[in-house]
Amino acid sequence: MPGFTETFGLALQLIFSGSRDLVEIVMLSLQVSISAVLLGCLVGLPLGAWLVVGKFPGRTLLQVLINAFMGLPPVVIGLVVYLALSHSGPFGVLDLLYSATAMVIAQMLLVTPLVAALARQHLDDLYLEYRNLFASLNLSSWQIARALLWDARYSLLTVSLAGFGRAIAEVGAVMIVGGNINHLTRVMTTTIALETSKGDLGLALALGIILISLSVTVNAAVMGLRSSARRLAYA
Amino acid sequence: MPEISIQQSPVPLLQVSGLSLSVGERTLINDIDCVLKKGCRTVVLGPNGAGKSIFLRLLCGLMEPDVGSILWQGQAINSAVRRCLAMVFQHPVLLRRSVAANLNFALGNAGLGAVARRQRVAEGLHLARLQALASQPARLLSGGEQQRLALARALITRPTVLLLDEPTASLDPASVQAVEAIIESAHSQGIKIIFVTHDVGQVRRLADEVLFIHRGTITEQTSVAQFLSSPGSQVASDYLAGRLVL
Ligand SMILES: Nc1ncnc2c1ncn2[C@@H]1O[C@H](COP(=O)(O)OP(=O)(O)OP(=O)(O)O)[C@@H](O)[C@H]1O
Ligand SMILES: [Mg+2]
Repeated sequence: MPGFTETFGLALQLIFSGSRDLVEIVMLSLQVSISAVLLGCLVGLPLGAWLVVGKFPGRTLLQVLINAFMGLPPVVIGLVVYLALSHSGPFGVLDLLYSATAMVIAQMLLVTPLVAALARQHLDDLYLEYRNLFASLNLSSWQIARALLWDARYSLLTVSLAGFGRAIAEVGAVMIVGGNINHLTRVMTTTIALETSKGDLGLALALGIILISLSVTVNAAVMGLRSSARRLAYA
Repeated sequence: MPEISIQQSPVPLLQVSGLSLSVGERTLINDIDCVLKKGCRTVVLGPNGAGKSIFLRLLCGLMEPDVGSILWQGQAINSAVRRCLAMVFQHPVLLRRSVAANLNFALGNAGLGAVARRQRVAEGLHLARLQALASQPARLLSGGEQQRLALARALITRPTVLLLDEPTASLDPASVQAVEAIIESAHSQGIKIIFVTHDVGQVRRLADEVLFIHRGTITEQTSVAQFLSSPGSQVASDYLAGRLVL
């Protein structure tokens, strides 16, 4: 087994030579996770706003469920999506198992409760501050929800990036529903798991370094955004 | 509240009867009856904790009373009535948007076209004298500018009644003057003014009629001159003399 320095050198070489396999894996990861987050926000943000503004029976129950789902291990979500998409499952006819689409669905299910729960917290705080104004302007729930979503836009951007963090970092769900098929459904995390178990540490470490840089970049972007929003008193 | 019927209507602008509100064991508003007429500026006075803010919130439907009724032009508070009421809070609530966007937001329910809306926003900027700061984030404005903006935002909805809860608390003299000028111009346009203040000078400058509230009850309703020269109760004269009233 090669030493650490050697592995590290190999990893850097893979990164800077722009190895095709590596680029393919990184691109697929980004594609899947970004799609999952966009879809997750499309559902999760309005859901969060609805939890704040809406008055409907079962609101507390829904909130509890969402909070519970937020902490669910990805493998469980993977399993559920697997069962749904497998040939004998309710969506078996769509033939989506072991495809990038299946991975997007799984990650979306992973991200949506997180986005909804975090959004609800932010929107709740904002609503507390604004409710007198809204009431005095006689706004409808729909108008209130829209105003809250817009005014919380910077915090919600950080919420969506938290969702992205969860999606890009998880292994369990994509492994189960994607199957980690070479050139088809292999993403960064699943590749790291596979290559490490095979002993091919160079590629694994290269992907690890990319994941770390990605995470640092995303967080730096969040911080930058926050501070500029705060400077404008928009946060 | 249909605007046409407001002039010379036999029905009073506001009729409050038997209004009470308790929270837990405490009675915050205790059996208030009063009638307010159009055309005069009413100031609600009373020591801290008397229930002035709650009274104002009840009047514009931000809170529900336990018992009693509030009739605006003979109508209980409904969405049509609410549209005619505008409230300005002691601490202006401004959205995380530009000055102009804050004005525009208030027009969400006014049913105006894009051109009319822009015109109203321009009107609001002019009223608040904030034209130069139109695209600035509203929350970066100074306290006085924020209060002017909140006031202009309330007025561009073209209310019939303007309720103000200590609109000039913590403002410097120039800002107080600017805010008072806006209130004055609203009054001269026929908007009913109901405000709360602790500034006796402001009562002299801005009000015609005093409602004195003590422990959730209206103890007197008189003209400003009458109230200032001979207040009708010991509490009121203590209040005016700056003695602590509990
Ligand atoms: N939501 C509430 N629940 C319980 N008590 C309340 C609530 N809001 C206000 N109070 C109490 O009701 C009383 C009257 O409050 P209010 O804010 O109307 O006083 P105020 O006359 O406006 O006083 P100030 O001059 O200090 O503004 C206070 O003693 C306050 O503690
Ligand atoms: Mg008050």
